[in-house]
Amino acid sequence: MPDFARDSTQLINLYQAMVLTRTFDAKAVALQRTGRLGTYPSSLGQEAVAVGVAAAMREEDLLLPSFREHGAQLWRGVTLQDILLYWGGDERGSASSGPRHDFPVNVPVGSHAPHAVGVALAFKLRGEQCVAVCVMGDGATSKGEVAEALNIAGVWRLPVVFVINNNGWAISVPVARQTAAATLAQKAVAAGIPGEQVDGNDVIAVRAAVEDALARARAGNGPALIEAITYRLSDHTTADDASRYRSDAEVSQRWNEEPIARLRRYLVKRELWTKADEERMLTALSTQVDAAVESYLATAPQPVESIFDHTYATLPADLADQRAAALAARSRR
Amino acid sequence: MSEITLVQAINRALTRAMRDDPTVVVLGEDVAKDGGVFRATEGLLAEFGEGRVIDTPLAEGAIAGLCVGLAAQGFRPVAEIQFTGFIYPIIDQMMNHASRIRTRTRGRLTCPMVLRSPCGGGIRAVEHHSESPEAIFAHMPGLRVVIPSSPARAYGLLLAAIHDPDPVVFLEPTRLYRAIKEEVPDDGASLPLDRAFVVREGSDLTLVTWGAMLKETMATGERLAAGGVSAEVIDLATLKPLDSETVLRSVAKTGRCVIIHEAPRTAGFGAEVAARIAEHGLLSLLAPIERVAGFDTVMPLLRLEQHYMPEEQRILAAARRVLAFR
Repeated sequence: MPDFARDSTQLINLYQAMVLTRTFDAKAVALQRTGRLGTYPSSLGQEAVAVGVAAAMREEDLLLPSFREHGAQLWRGVTLQDILLYWGGDERGSASSGPRHDFPVNVPVGSHAPHAVGVALAFKLRGEQCVAVCVMGDGATSKGEVAEALNIAGVWRLPVVFVINNNGWAISVPVARQTAAATLAQKAVAAGIPGEQVDGNDVIAVRAAVEDALARARAGNGPALIEAITYRLSDHTTADDASRYRSDAEVSQRWNEEPIARLRRYLVKRELWTKADEERMLTALSTQVDAAVESYLATAPQPVESIFDHTYATLPADLADQRAAALAARSRR
Repeated sequence: MSEITLVQAINRALTRAMRDDPTVVVLGEDVAKDGGVFRATEGLLAEFGEGRVIDTPLAEGAIAGLCVGLAAQGFRPVAEIQFTGFIYPIIDQMMNHASRIRTRTRGRLTCPMVLRSPCGGGIRAVEHHSESPEAIFAHMPGLRVVIPSSPARAYGLLLAAIHDPDPVVFLEPTRLYRAIKEEVPDDGASLPLDRAFVVREGSDLTLVTWGAMLKETMATGERLAAGGVSAEVIDLATLKPLDSETVLRSVAKTGRCVIIHEAPRTAGFGAEVAARIAEHGLLSLLAPIERVAGFDTVMPLLRLEQHYMPEEQRILAAARRVLAFR
């Protein structure tokens, strides 16, 4: 058992972070269903990967999340309102909260892996003891950019940890149709870097594995790949209907392995958590999420001219003309 | 002071930028020990060491992608893509990431990177080494696209590109790498990234071009002058953002315009130039605009490439048609 897992406060923090992620997730899906949020990718069932990864990191490390790591972003200080703003279609959701150096979520699958390599190279060139952590899905491992990134990270021995959140499905394609490789962790072998599998429904195991990899990377011993095996209990996004391609029986079976009930059983068994604690926590988290939703819904959209604001550091003349035309068209309405 | 070639001017600008700013790093395939296949990065490894001049594995998409990471961390990476035909894997990184990370984060993260690549034909190279992809990049919001056509402009524009806070695709016409020599003082002075250059003044006809085609276009200007026609020649140099003002001012004066580029005709950047003139200068036109461009075909291999690129005769014929129009 790793040290942090002997500390009841730390275990409870991990537990609460996962429940916050799930509470938020349910609310986000409900907002989408009622037309108050854009398409949203639920992280139901995968909370242990996101929270375990983020809990292993230091503030000065740098997270490059895929689009399903809400739990990691929340742990790192991104606010609930900002996550809602982003998925509600407002760039400001990626602008301000959380570590200034973290990357925004990556939607084009796996294309952020080379960014992590660049960030890690920057750390190495400056001699900083920081690590870039890139989280991607199982589908991303089929992409060339990911293979390229693993390869370069290996040859330069860079401080970067790649975490594959293997939730079993890339929209409708199961891992068995994604690769003939027996594991995704073995994608590390060809890159000459360590690769390991971890139970992605066990937040303690995820955090411990990522902590070890981070410590090695921080000490100058190079990159690592961690395949965290979990399961996508939800549809791919709110725009998806998973019943078209996978059976309810499979999903019900996987509910038995989900990470939150699992840690709760453990906490209860060790007498660190009571029914009263649970009720208190759920009430508090629900209040917190409701307040964030209220603040999100009360946030006015950015003005039309903001479309132009950050295209370049300084607006070029021809784009200034387009901006003026957009404003003129608006004022004529 | 001795005269230097365009590729030497690139090397001089890189050296200067690296001396002046420790965050500038050069990376790419064969750029360090070998000094680049065209020798643009020769000598940099010896002066700046392997922490700042970095040979990468052979993976163009990742080269562009890792520049995004470096740039977001405050470095100013200058990457080389070895040949134009190898540039297409970077489109994902330039379109999805380099050009939009500023917008996506409302300026929290930025991408001051330069992506240098040789471009164009005419050096009898092998297949996939001679294309002109400038219009592809000019279509990407948030990018700058620059093509120098002389040693002095290569020096000043590359320095400007490196200093610029946004991503720049910097295309270097291989045909001109060693074709012209001129004095290029190493004064560290940048040229503006939003101004076209009037390289020949005239009053009867405007010839708009960029990159390697400046050579044939200038020759056409001289030939026309011998026949008593005064042609103005504009080197756009920065395609994005486009300095339409300089083009429109010229066309307002001459009333006649021919646009010359090596890239394929359809949806080539000449179409954008022509459209700007049609939108803002139609009434000053005395004749239809003509484009002289590469064909909408695959770039032929070396035995026919000189017939693909606009030859002086084709430019001259177009100029005469435009001049004769009443």
